[in-house]
Amino acid sequence: MIATLGLAALWLAAALAMLQLVGGALALRANGNPLVAALRPVAMIQGMLASLAMLCLIVLFCQTDLSVALVATNSHSAKPLLYKFAGSWGNHEGSMLLWVAVMAAAGGVVAWVERRLPERTILATLGAQAFVSLGFYAFLLFASNPFTRLDPAAPEGQGLNPLLQDPGLAFHPPTLYIGYVGLSVAFSFAVGALLTREVSPTFARAMRPWVLGAWIFLTLGILFGSYWAYYELGWGGWWFWDPVENASLMPWLAATALLHSVSVLAARNALRAWTVMLGVVAFSMSMVGTFLVRSGILVSVHAFAVDPTRGQFILALLAINIGAALAVFGLRAASVTEGERFALTSREGALVFNNVMLTGALGIVLIGTLYPLIAETVGARVSVGPPYFNPATAIFVLPMLVVMAFGPLLRWRRDSMKRISPLLLVPATLALCGLAFGIWRGIGVLPLLGLALACGLVVASVMPLWGRKLRTVKLPLWGMVTAHLGVALALGGMASDSAFTKEKLVAARPGETIVVGPWSLQFAKVQPIAGPNWTAIEATLEAGYDGGKPITLKPQARAFWSPPQGTNESALATRWNGQLYAVLGEQAEDGRWQLRLWWKPFITLIWLGGMLVALGGLLALFGRVASDLRRLIAVDKIAYRRRRQGP
Amino acid sequence: MSEQKPSVPSRWALWLPLVLFGAFVALVLYGLQRPAEREVRSAMIGKPLPQFVLRAAVDDRPGLSFADMADGKPKLLNIFASWCIPCAVEAPQLAQLRAQGIDVVGVAIRDKPDDLKAFLQRHGNPFSRIGADDVSAIQFAVGSSGVPESFVIDGKGTIRYQHIGEIRADQVEMIVQKVREAGQ
Repeated sequence: MIATLGLAALWLAAALAMLQLVGGALALRANGNPLVAALRPVAMIQGMLASLAMLCLIVLFCQTDLSVALVATNSHSAKPLLYKFAGSWGNHEGSMLLWVAVMAAAGGVVAWVERRLPERTILATLGAQAFVSLGFYAFLLFASNPFTRLDPAAPEGQGLNPLLQDPGLAFHPPTLYIGYVGLSVAFSFAVGALLTREVSPTFARAMRPWVLGAWIFLTLGILFGSYWAYYELGWGGWWFWDPVENASLMPWLAATALLHSVSVLAARNALRAWTVMLGVVAFSMSMVGTFLVRSGILVSVHAFAVDPTRGQFILALLAINIGAALAVFGLRAASVTEGERFALTSREGALVFNNVMLTGALGIVLIGTLYPLIAETVGARVSVGPPYFNPATAIFVLPMLVVMAFGPLLRWRRDSMKRISPLLLVPATLALCGLAFGIWRGIGVLPLLGLALACGLVVASVMPLWGRKLRTVKLPLWGMVTAHLGVALALGGMASDSAFTKEKLVAARPGETIVVGPWSLQFAKVQPIAGPNWTAIEATLEAGYDGGKPITLKPQARAFWSPPQGTNESALATRWNGQLYAVLGEQAEDGRWQLRLWWKPFITLIWLGGMLVALGGLLALFGRVASDLRRLIAVDKIAYRRRRQGP
Repeated sequence: MSEQKPSVPSRWALWLPLVLFGAFVALVLYGLQRPAEREVRSAMIGKPLPQFVLRAAVDDRPGLSFADMADGKPKLLNIFASWCIPCAVEAPQLAQLRAQGIDVVGVAIRDKPDDLKAFLQRHGNPFSRIGADDVSAIQFAVGSSGVPESFVIDGKGTIRYQHIGEIRADQVEMIVQKVREAGQ
């Protein structure tokens, strides 16, 4: 019953998307068509129906309705409710449905609230949005229907990958997806504006909240993903330059560039064609990322089943959507009139530098990710890892961060370095101190530069508040300062982790004491314990920092029974100045246990800084949306008064 | 300082993104076209094993040589190591194969006798012979890139099938089938 309802809602939503596409196309030609007038309600209802379909799938998973094939293959009646719930998008079909639902809902919200832009542009935007989502509806309905039934129903489900049974990961994919799909709105805005040649500051202001929102979700998604990889994989690393990670990093880099260029367009009416291009690129990177992950084209040689038809379908969608958008760009961008001029030393100049460097870093990551595929065309098998990615991205990112230190202090249009150089005295001194400290400790070149920059940036990032009355500072400025401070902290965490981490791999018997960095660990005991759907061997370690009061750590080696699989649950002790990380390994024949221990000074700054970056985005978003709402209400009031006064 | 015009792209430059994107699509299309070859296939399939003699890796099992492999009966050659976690995961499946009458022979890669003895005590010993390959010589000679890997060898010492990674529970039947085919 619920499955039928979900499928019906999905078909209806697809039909409405078709209607929306036709209406959007008609809007470009003539006004007064009844279909054009109905476009906004159509988009809103489409959003509701697609959301309803997703809701139905969630209910099916929570009830463990085993007459639905997707539930039977991906869930289990004994699974904790949270993971039943999260399981609804923890598989291919469900995640695609989530994608479509968020995308349709976002289109509905645009149709509902966006009033500033010329009506033609909005309708073209909704048409573009329908164009993109129609492909995904076709994909869902014809190639990966989440509501396919089983007759007779399965007696029991086949479980969920135990690696995915983790609260962090349960909410990681939807967070990223909301980010990806938010960028689809920016994409549709860009295409709509190109079609009607209405690239203006108003357009930038209409697009900005969507870019900001998507960017916040992408930031959070990447943070969750990185922290999950850090404590779940048990390798002590937090970023592996894995194709799947790169797939989420590339849209983030493009969105970060877009976020900055859209501000230039909104404030100064410059960088017009470039902003539109980035709008197209940001969502394209989301689709490319989804394609790379879902098609399995980049997996390692020991990987399991790859579904080529699925990959071909997404590739076709990608080719049609992005190809069409880039063709429109080629046809129309020349007629997007030139923006305002500015001097090289100006806020715009710094932001252009930021954009060029971010785009460069994006190119580096894209090439590195695709390189194994390129090499394969000439018959070579290679994998690309940190030795390439770390220095190559640093070439672009480090200069960009230097400019980030003083760019926000520059005035719009034209400025001189002489005016702001006194302000830079303190940050520069701190950076030199960081450099000296790093050289004294003899750390590598990249961590050294990172550490020095981080020291300078911590102060430089709050300099834009210098000489202002803090109570009158607007939210978007607070947002920028917070986000930049977050970047400085995260950079410091990364540098500290790679420079000062202490690692120890030992085989120990219960009763022994192990020393790693300032920690001394008493290996108390090993015992078996049982969880809801797993059993585990658990070690108890009493960890004392510098002779202080001991903290108990309990790393586990877990075995799941549905499906049978083992995982390592690492144990962490967090202090203000870093984390102790413990992993329990195999038992050797002589009764000793393998223990892997790391002391990672200040590593938590990576995620703390990342959270600050996201918080900065949130502050800016609140500031922008609040002022937009105030304007919207004022406009409505005037319209209402006019209507009451009569003609 | 001179005023600068931002982004004055020439007309052809506006088409550059589309061209680059076209190249990307062509590249991944090429990649998708050959999904069958995504598994590394041993160039050795259908070829005889190289000549080799390996000393016994443990006391209670004889070593392994080419002559042992070409004794007329099909075998499963398992390349493993005590330091390899997936090999431990694979152990129950090898025991099952043994129980179904498959002759399983092992090559231990870069291993120490004590470690190996402990590994076999802990996870069971399904092997009729175990050769010690201390420098990965045989491993490279048969086109294997990692541990664990398994090869189905027919009675004349010809490689019939290569299995990369551990044999999982649902693959036991398939392996039995492959060995039976090699015996015909």
